Amino acid sequence: MAVCIAVIAKENYPLYIRSVPTQGELKFHYTVHTSLDVVEEKISGVGKALADQRELYLGLLYPTEDYKVYGYVTNSKVKFVIVVDSSNTSLRDNEIRSMFRKLHNSFTDVMCNPFYNPGDPIQSKAFDSIVSTMMVQAF
Amino acid sequence: MKPLSSITADMADDVLFEFLHMEIVAHVYKEHATREDIDKERVTCVSTLELMGFRVGQGLIERFTKDCPTFKDDLDVMKFLCKDFWSTIFRKQIDNLRTNHQGTYVLQDNKFALLTQLSSGKQYLEEAPKYLAFSCGLIRGALSNLGLESVVTAEVSLMPSCKFQVVIQKL
Repeated sequence: MAVCIAVIAKENYPLYIRSVPTQGELKFHYTVHTSLDVVEEKISGVGKALADQRELYLGLLYPTEDYKVYGYVTNSKVKFVIVVDSSNTSLRDNEIRSMFRKLHNSFTDVMCNPFYNPGDPIQSKAFDSIVSTMMVQAF
Repeated sequence: MKPLSSITADMADDVLFEFLHMEIVAHVYKEHATREDIDKERVTCVSTLELMGFRVGQGLIERFTKDCPTFKDDLDVMKFLCKDFWSTIFRKQIDNLRTNHQGTYVLQDNKFALLTQLSSGKQYLEEAPKYLAFSCGLIRGALSNLGLESVVTAEVSLMPSCKFQVVIQKL
């Protein structure tokens, strides 16, 4: 279960950030912001390395003592960042991948919505509910 | 919604979009005809159609590239546009792609789906640009969402063949 989920546009400003409200939201905003550097490095680095398998899933960006940060970038350079609790070691790579899959599907639906202008903050309730299912349930 | 490429013969006929497109063009021109004078009317109509295509192109690309690996360079993007993108929308690929390797590409379609019903020669040549505006926007929207700003123009000399010229804007 994620602690924070963020969608960042091509120009590196957030389209959607949602975090568990128990801890300071500012801390998560900061984490997501710094993870963008790692994402950029991975995107530009792949070109120099093997050009064969250019996957969209970026994997674990960096671990800290409290939590782990995972990244995913779409072909339209929109980035998804998921922050999970470090203590939650039962979360496997496959599960993270499927979370990103669902996020991408939901984001594609938002993109195809004629009332949505690309570049605006995401206000879709359907997207909200998908994200809620992936976040830690706050009691 | 299933991706278009996986839908086979039981899908709605392509002709539905062709009719809708013709009606959109007719509607946009009729709307503007009641307002301003002739010259401005032509320019705004084409822009309206082009902007429509732009937004549609952005959404379509998001859906089509969901499962593709990242593109290596501009030429790769153009090839994807000519093969997968074109065949999913118009059921055929671009017949000819030429480039000067400096950001200009010419896509030639010898039997463009939206022009086949108009004529197969020189008749109605002056009306053809109206029906190409939406597709120009489609290409521009697709490229823009993939990170390439461009200017797309179309020219027709003999229906139903047409050429789209794409000039990538290098910043």
